[in-house]
Amino acid sequence: MKNIKTSGLIIFLIGLGFFTAILFVGEFKLTQKDFDEIIKEKQIKSEWFINGIQNKVVGKEFKGTFKISEEITSTLEASNEVNRKNKVWEDIIYEKPHSLSFTILKKSGTGFIVENKGVLWLLTFGLGIIGALLFILPNVILLGKEGIKNDGIYHKSSTNRGWIAWLVLVYLVTFYLLLYFYPDYVVNWTFLLDPISKSLNGGVASQWFVYGFLYCTLMVVMAARMYIKYRHDVYQVVRTTSVLFFQIVFAFLIPEIMISLNKPGYDFKNAFPLDYDFFFEWNLNSLTQSGNIGLFILIWGIVLTLVIVPVMVYFFGKRWYCSWVCGCGGLAETLGDPYRQHSDKSLNAWKLERWLVHSVLVFSLVMTVVTLYCYFSGAQSLIGIKTQWIKDTYSFLIGAWFAGVIGTGFYPIFGNRVWCRFGCPLAAYLGLVQRFKSRFRITTNGAQCISCGNCSTYCEMGIDVRAYAQKGENIIRSSCVGCGVCAAVCPRGVLKLENGPEDGRINSKDILLGNDVDLMELVNNNK
Amino acid sequence: MDHIVIIGNGISGVTAARHIRKNSDKKITIVSGETKFFFSRTALMYIYMGHMKFKHTKPYEDWFWKKNNIELVKGFVNTVNTDEKILDFTNGTSLTYDKLIIATGSKPNKFGWKGQDLDGVMGMYSKQDLDKLEKYAPNKEVCKRAVIVGGGLIGIEMAEMLKSRNIPVTFLVREASFWIGVLPIQESEMINNHIKEHHIDLRLNTNLREIKADKNGRVKSIIIDETGEEIFCNVVGLAAGVSPNIDFLKNSKIEVDKGVKVNRFLETSVKNVYSIGDCAEQNEGIDERPPIEAVWYTGRMMGETVAQTICGNRIEYKPGFWFNSAKFLDIEYQTYGWVWAKPKENEARFFWKAKNKDICIHINYNKETHQFIGINNFGIRMRHEFFDAIMTNKNSVEHVIEHLADANFDPELYKKYETEIVAKFNQENKTNITLKKKSWKRIFSKKATL
Repeated sequence: MKNIKTSGLIIFLIGLGFFTAILFVGEFKLTQKDFDEIIKEKQIKSEWFINGIQNKVVGKEFKGTFKISEEITSTLEASNEVNRKNKVWEDIIYEKPHSLSFTILKKSGTGFIVENKGVLWLLTFGLGIIGALLFILPNVILLGKEGIKNDGIYHKSSTNRGWIAWLVLVYLVTFYLLLYFYPDYVVNWTFLLDPISKSLNGGVASQWFVYGFLYCTLMVVMAARMYIKYRHDVYQVVRTTSVLFFQIVFAFLIPEIMISLNKPGYDFKNAFPLDYDFFFEWNLNSLTQSGNIGLFILIWGIVLTLVIVPVMVYFFGKRWYCSWVCGCGGLAETLGDPYRQHSDKSLNAWKLERWLVHSVLVFSLVMTVVTLYCYFSGAQSLIGIKTQWIKDTYSFLIGAWFAGVIGTGFYPIFGNRVWCRFGCPLAAYLGLVQRFKSRFRITTNGAQCISCGNCSTYCEMGIDVRAYAQKGENIIRSSCVGCGVCAAVCPRGVLKLENGPEDGRINSKDILLGNDVDLMELVNNNK
Repeated sequence: MDHIVIIGNGISGVTAARHIRKNSDKKITIVSGETKFFFSRTALMYIYMGHMKFKHTKPYEDWFWKKNNIELVKGFVNTVNTDEKILDFTNGTSLTYDKLIIATGSKPNKFGWKGQDLDGVMGMYSKQDLDKLEKYAPNKEVCKRAVIVGGGLIGIEMAEMLKSRNIPVTFLVREASFWIGVLPIQESEMINNHIKEHHIDLRLNTNLREIKADKNGRVKSIIIDETGEEIFCNVVGLAAGVSPNIDFLKNSKIEVDKGVKVNRFLETSVKNVYSIGDCAEQNEGIDERPPIEAVWYTGRMMGETVAQTICGNRIEYKPGFWFNSAKFLDIEYQTYGWVWAKPKENEARFFWKAKNKDICIHINYNKETHQFIGINNFGIRMRHEFFDAIMTNKNSVEHVIEHLADANFDPELYKKYETEIVAKFNQENKTNITLKKKSWKRIFSKKATL
């Protein structure tokens, strides 16, 4: 069994090696025909740019992405500079250099990679998946009898902020930086997924398709790990199945299929303000131009946020979304589970959390108000805030950096819910409902708590669960995503997630149960 | 302003300090030689197993004590002079007090075994014990085998700890079955099997004769009393119970026996000196309880109680209904009320076990009146408040069986066994009870009747 595990790890690392190495190879040759099409499609007018690319790129062969990308982006920047100087505004290209470069590279790919997509898929994704599964599945036997299996978590470099964890952090952060800001560098990944993309939506794969596919793959593989680790815990098993279902069907398959039907690709479970660009001009235009289905999505999106989300939080707590449905939560609960213990439980972290997460909520709402005002009035700004500026700033700071680079990239060191805890505006909104109007609570079982701290240690949201449990108080916290792990790791059966009457949900006692009833009454009533 | 000095920063002492602070602005000092800050002793095992780090076992952040104006002094008390109200420390310093609370907890029992003080022999009680275990049993290469002596809660915890690092464990239990002085035979046998399933070499009816040393004075092996068999090992865990840690009081005027003698108000023989927790010994056991209770929960309750007395609300220590909990490797255990190892004259039992699973309940009730006396539940969680109300209201066993759905505290979506349990009870007792659906209203109204 141990040998299977080790060979799994080796196979996985080989797959990862191919996956990484492929970014440094590849051949690119832009044909005149393809370039003309791009010019037409992107409505590029700048002669400076067109001539530059004609001279430096078209018809030439490039090895790897870096050189050709460099030519394209520098030409674009030079072109814009000249046009700005000469005040030829209509010739300025607003598309981001690396984004346009991606479009060109995607068309210019040639040679081995493009001709062997299937084989290379097997060597990268294939080996990665097989290796990871071989590494994970033997745990069915190696972990021994069912039960809580946290042995050695703080002894391993990978889960105790050791060098492996830092290495993973660097890899993840680099991945997100490339994905968001240098998509042309990862164009080779998109070639590998073209066949799958074509079969799903009819088109070639973009960097977002790669991200979506990788996301689902990681979740499936790491869900296998969850199923084994928590096989004694039905709540965890069902919950993992739920996030998996919503990610694969709602976030991935349905949007892809809608695109293939020429409809807007929409994730029906992605609620505003997590779905921060729902009210952006381009989305509203796209929806209003898509007939009945567009109209339906528009109404659904609004109803989802204003009615469904809060009503469900009232009955079940925010867990129904954050740890049963949400994609970010889904990744956190599968890929991120080995890192859940790293969330900061200090009071200061809680203070920071409240400031940050509510600020992001306000930010997203202000942005949306400005955007909608400008959309309907045709103005460019509201009270001095330019709509384009605020949208770009939010997308950059919150959408890319906070949710992606920090949110997922920092898993191995700061825990798996950094984004959900400190940044997600939807979580902030759900949290307010959960705190003030909900039937959900984590019940503390009388006086059974022994203050061991397993619950707090393994709370991914950084809630000091023990602080409540040892006082016999129920846990009512806006941030709780209801993952249920505190109840699972408790060695004394003290915690239970449940939905019950609001009456008595928040309880506070001076003297714990177990002391004579007279004493309890006396002291508790004197308060 | 009164200066309250508490010796011992375990759960009893710290609970007392917190509650005194809640109710007064008295000067409070906590003395401890073990660690500066309070940590949860029950979680020491998880540090060794790698579930947690030491910092995670501290229930309060380090700034808490200063913010609440509770002074912490690190040091061991050497003598207590109750005439002048002075504590002398082993490091030569001293401290005066107005009121003293002795909460020094326990120390592992040693029964005069030959070799019991060798390097590599340890209990599992203090932070220092943990450090020792880490030193002598860091992995299975350094510690090729460990022998645990004593078939109780600490023994099985030590076995679990060592197994987490793949160290082979031999577990010597004096009795015929694990914890059979406390558990009924059905539960005890289930745990025996569970221990063996974890590949722990469980030796029942087995006593330790002596511990042998190598030439460096370190543990080499142990000899089993009954057979003379020699088992080679590098670590011996002594887990044959604990006794009050009160040696420093020998020459004081405070009356001691096994523990510090206290009355129901937790007052010792000397005025203004109190004792709580594991080290306190009641003149007579309260209800069915032993005079010395070395349990987390009772320590906490005594802390709550003595704080009231010190703050002017003099009240007796009146522990309510007995409850306790533990975890045996993967099996959780809770108990409410009393379920003795063997039924008493006037008692009847109802036992149910899930087929092929380590899940069972064992109910004790009065044969004549059918009044509920207690329950053991293994592998299934039950509500404390439910049983507290049952015992307060003196409800019958039938009432409990009928309302089992209200009592269940397992996580949502878990398989429910109530129907099965009710059916078995009906069959055995020729009753016709139907299970009532879980009712939030009842669960809360029960609470209200307290």
